[in-house]
Amino acid sequence: MGFEVLWKGKNLIRLLGGLGVAMKISLISVVISLTLGILLGMLMTLKQPLANAFMRVYLEFIRIMPQMVLLFLVFFGVTKISGWNLSSEASSIIVFSLWGTAEMADLVRGCFFSIPAIQYESSKALGLNRLQTYVYVIIPQIARRLVPLSINLITRMIKTTSLVMMIGIVEVLKTGQQIIEANRKTSPNAAFGVFAAIFILYFLACYPIGRLAGYLEKRWEN
Amino acid sequence: MEEILKIEHLSKRFDDLSILEDINLSVNKGEVTVILGPSGCGKSTLLRCINGLEEIQEGNVFLDGKTVNPPLKNTGKDRTKIGMVFQSYELFPHKTILENVILAPIVVQKRKKEEVVKEAKQLLERVGLSSKKAQYPRQLSGGQKQRAAIVRALIMNPEVLLFDEVTAALDPEMVREVLDVMLDLAKQNRTMLIVTHEMAFARAVADRILFLDGGQIVEDTTPEQFFDAPKTERAAKFLQTFSFES
Repeated sequence: MGFEVLWKGKNLIRLLGGLGVAMKISLISVVISLTLGILLGMLMTLKQPLANAFMRVYLEFIRIMPQMVLLFLVFFGVTKISGWNLSSEASSIIVFSLWGTAEMADLVRGCFFSIPAIQYESSKALGLNRLQTYVYVIIPQIARRLVPLSINLITRMIKTTSLVMMIGIVEVLKTGQQIIEANRKTSPNAAFGVFAAIFILYFLACYPIGRLAGYLEKRWEN
Repeated sequence: MEEILKIEHLSKRFDDLSILEDINLSVNKGEVTVILGPSGCGKSTLLRCINGLEEIQEGNVFLDGKTVNPPLKNTGKDRTKIGMVFQSYELFPHKTILENVILAPIVVQKRKKEEVVKEAKQLLERVGLSSKKAQYPRQLSGGQKQRAAIVRALIMNPEVLLFDEVTAALDPEMVREVLDVMLDLAKQNRTMLIVTHEMAFARAVADRILFLDGGQIVEDTTPEQFFDAPKTERAAKFLQTFSFES
């Protein structure tokens, strides 16, 4: 079945190392994306015409561009034109953060506007001031809607890191390919074993996050 | 009789559309005023103007001699003197019934939590919701939610209570339980302004009927006078839409 190749030498450790690279890139990008996304999402709710026009162009650009094209654009294009010496890892973090920030900002904006106006009015009728309305009524409701959506975004970001091997980063998928290549003669079925192992690794990384989302959704189901 | 609420020359417009025109009204303490009128006549807007939820173009609303609209200070303790219950309940979905009720007394009126919780439990008991206090709004029926919303307004001990078509979104069999709570409040000499389409209830609860049409107060009279012998043709026509001839 090709699993034996995993136990040869340091192959499994190498795969785990590759997963580590993927997780590092996605984790850093996730932290940047959530922070900037929340800030930009809040900016969009202020209905500033200039900021909104800018955000619309930004969101559309990210939505239309395949992530791989963005990766190439930053890693090969921007480095060439600007003369910066961006590492492939830095490039991928930039691209993933650009993407994650755009999606997160859009989620925040959507959740914000999904709170009906009369929730503000009934808060006002109870004498709550603006700050109290946000702290006790609006933000908790936005958070409950936002958490499952942003967790979904996080798992998508983790999965999509498999693209970064295209700009030369040796993450888990690339490591797998190397192992398969190196063992072609001795274990011709290595492809199945290695890719199955990679499947399990991605599953182990994403499943708990998905479960967390499910748990929170259930707990806050209202 | 002591005057508590006074409206002088109130006009409300949305852009060019005039909703309320030169409304003048004085409400005494303990009076239950029911506001009737065809859809779009401005009844709900009038309540919202009293509560400062709508900006007004002309005129003043005074509560206890103090201006409340145009608002001098729009939030805080002063606001809690007017309580409002909405058609769609508008409980906070992320809080339990008890938490919904105690939020404003603690945060706005800065009352002690134990004391507020005690009062909240008593009030919930009184409207038959004791067993629901730890539940979330989504677990309650419409009538239960609306009773909880009334308690939420009541616990602030407002001087005036506004009810904006509070039974309009309810299933028919739940209307009664909400109206009973309101009748009970009327008996306690609460000052109430009620917008409703429940004619039998209006007649039973009201000390005074205001009939609004086209943004103006067309009749201001007693329930007996209004239902049995309306003075204006507009009111008679309005009442006709509620009766059936066989």
